[in-house]
Amino acid sequence: MADEKKDLLLKIRDLRIEGYSDEKWLEIVHGVDLTLHKGEVMGLIGESGAGKSTIGLAAMGFARDGCRISGGSIEFDGMELTTTSESDRRALRGSRIAYVAQSAAASFNPAHKIIDQHTEAPIHYRIRKRLEAQEDAMELYERLRLPNPQEIGFRYPHQVSGGQLQRAMTAMAMACRPDLIIFDEPTTALDVTTQIEVLAAIRDIVEQFNTAAIYITHDLAVVAQMADTIKVLLKGNEVEEADTETMLKSPKEDYTKSLWAVRSFKRPQKSRPGGDAVPVVSVENVDAAYGDTKVLSNVSFDVYAGMTVAVVGESGSGKSTTARCITGLLPPTSGKILMNGVDMPPSYKDRTKEELRKAQMIYQMADTALNPKVRICDIIGRPAQFYMGLRGAALKSRVDELLDLIELEPSKYYNRYPPELSGGQKQRIGIARALAADPTFIICDEVTSALDQLVAEGILKLLDRLQKELNLAYMFITHDLATVRSIADEVVVMKQGEVVEAGPKNEMFTPPHHPYTDLLLSSVPEMDPNWLTTVLEERGVDNIGEAATV
Amino acid sequence: MGDVLGIVLKRLGLGLITLLVISILIFFAVELLPGDIAEAVLGQGATAENLKAMREQMGLNEPAIVRYLEWLWGAVRGDFGVSLISQRSVADTIGPRFAATLFLACYAAVIAVPVAITLGIIVALLRDSVFDRVANVLTLTSISSPEFFLGYVLVLYLAVKNPLFPALANVNFQDVGTFELYYKTFLPALTMVLVVVAHMMRMTRASIINLLASPYIEMARLKGTPAWKVIVKHALPNAWAPIINVVALNLAYLITGVVLVEVVFVYPGIGQLLVDSVTKRDFPVVQACCLIFAATFILLNLAADVGAILTNPRLRHPK
Repeated sequence: MADEKKDLLLKIRDLRIEGYSDEKWLEIVHGVDLTLHKGEVMGLIGESGAGKSTIGLAAMGFARDGCRISGGSIEFDGMELTTTSESDRRALRGSRIAYVAQSAAASFNPAHKIIDQHTEAPIHYRIRKRLEAQEDAMELYERLRLPNPQEIGFRYPHQVSGGQLQRAMTAMAMACRPDLIIFDEPTTALDVTTQIEVLAAIRDIVEQFNTAAIYITHDLAVVAQMADTIKVLLKGNEVEEADTETMLKSPKEDYTKSLWAVRSFKRPQKSRPGGDAVPVVSVENVDAAYGDTKVLSNVSFDVYAGMTVAVVGESGSGKSTTARCITGLLPPTSGKILMNGVDMPPSYKDRTKEELRKAQMIYQMADTALNPKVRICDIIGRPAQFYMGLRGAALKSRVDELLDLIELEPSKYYNRYPPELSGGQKQRIGIARALAADPTFIICDEVTSALDQLVAEGILKLLDRLQKELNLAYMFITHDLATVRSIADEVVVMKQGEVVEAGPKNEMFTPPHHPYTDLLLSSVPEMDPNWLTTVLEERGVDNIGEAATV
Repeated sequence: MGDVLGIVLKRLGLGLITLLVISILIFFAVELLPGDIAEAVLGQGATAENLKAMREQMGLNEPAIVRYLEWLWGAVRGDFGVSLISQRSVADTIGPRFAATLFLACYAAVIAVPVAITLGIIVALLRDSVFDRVANVLTLTSISSPEFFLGYVLVLYLAVKNPLFPALANVNFQDVGTFELYYKTFLPALTMVLVVVAHMMRMTRASIINLLASPYIEMARLKGTPAWKVIVKHALPNAWAPIINVVALNLAYLITGVVLVEVVFVYPGIGQLLVDSVTKRDFPVVQACCLIFAATFILLNLAADVGAILTNPRLRHPK
């Protein structure tokens, strides 16, 4: 696809972009070149802060508020975007260059019907009249295999699921048949089973209309399916660029190799202690409901000391609700929670301080889980003071000890505030806060999903080390099966509030599987560029639609 | 929509309870004033015997709680008692005055609300421009000047130095034609417009600008939508809830806060009646006026809540 020379569509040379922070302009993209031909798909890949989205938007002649294009040239189909007027640049957007955002749920206007948002650009550019545009939208919905293509557009965004919205947004980008679409992490917010449909739909439609695309993602396996060429970025600089095949097989730069090697961390699987060892936590036939809506039914599993039980499933499968039942935040409607064989009161309000101390949580968004106005030493010191009654010098030495445990220099971090820390450091503080209570059991709720892969790996290694040293039991909630593969001892697969399969990790990852486990496992993208094609062939096109409605 | 109806009924019920509490507060606040109705009515001729007879006649020797309950029972049936000054029923005294105040409030609202929202949209569109700053300064000035002062300034420039409008608005509703009515009441209406526009305009601006960082606004811009359309079509529909709340609060102010404006322009509204009744210790009228003001606040706030719900697509179109 990429090797034949086609007409030049986009030529970016020495692009420099500045961002405004702390009352001065700082360069965040340092001279990047990019060349794209008609019908070609380029993957832009890198960690957060690499400048992927900023470069993608610059290709539309657009800079977010607080950013400005400060140098270089952006030539789209012979037109120099850095020097043309804003109204000429605007006339390209939506008509010849379209954008697909990361979160369709947030990027559709909640106040308007989907189809009205779809037809806005074609009507505005007088490409189609309203009725024609609506007809065309329905046809695109059908091509993207949305259910009820005639009717779905007339719903409001909140009435449609996330995966369907993401496809509707791709359809919207196609409304004026643009020459170039910028896909900005279009599947990052989706479950693996939904992601696969969206990927297939995007790839099909880009091929059908021979549209060029810039595909921005941090997920290598995804970009391998979509792109003809891949460009790797790091902190606003290009690391290297090559066609997908070459890039996967023989990356040149060390940084690229390190990205490729991220999933290498794996620890040996432990098995349950023999004899009459009592599990640290046992969930026995738990049912739970939010109001009248039943969300958990008959959930049971055990977690033993020193072991990690991974709970996996799509969003809405009841993973976090189970955690809320264990901690007593949501009292189960029936069933029992046992800790070390002792029956726990259903509500946290009735539990003793000692019972509460033993089970701690680490949250997904360290950003929102840490109070930005409280110093690190107080964040970590508070549970140590509350549960252990530590004061003064004893408290300080305990906080120092905890900071040492999470590999942050105590003298450097003791008096700092969360906003001064990076994402990975904040998550470490979250871990230290859980450890401060000296628990026996920690619930890790998607603790690595908001982090870049290299940082996430550091967190996983830290958690593993702490488990060995302190003999902790983990309940690891995640939707990322690669994480499960690297750290779990046992796996519990949940779907719609029920446990569909449970057992030791090695068994779970070797066939035969429960059909749902199989669907989950086969939906995880692999680095093989032909993976998507192979999976789709195996499943048959119709099955994908079904997977969406399951 | 059944949910909305449920919320409205619940809020109406709560409103009634609020009104009851307020009626208690008003009644006993009036009780706390030095002297009683008998003294107020008799004034200079208040001999001990006269007072005794008067108290007997008015039932003032009953305990306060009994008198409150009697008053409440009357109020529930629409009978607020008899004015001590005119000896006419309170309902007849207040009726035309309240209608006059409502007229002036509507007159001001019909000008103020569209002007405020349009200006709010324009300054949101031209944010941080000279126009935005000038509008900011002017509205802040008008919002921070007391309304009687604004009224006198308008009289000075639009009635005295340039005799464009009459300085007094002591209209008699039966005798004036429609045009003359609007003409004569223009200055008090304009004063009130100036007082309320700033607040509503600034809220419109703030709630629109608040939304401009949303991903769907960025999406609209990336679809090539012109800037004015981004604001009017994509931001405004999601900004209604706070705007409606401020509008309702200001409408309530137009009815209950006009006391000074009515006095300045000698306009025969409920505000002037209230001032007169307080000075003359016409307690039944004072109580009824306060109750009407309270009910106005409660009803307009309820309307704002319902409006905020109705503009939320998630509530209008449940899954």
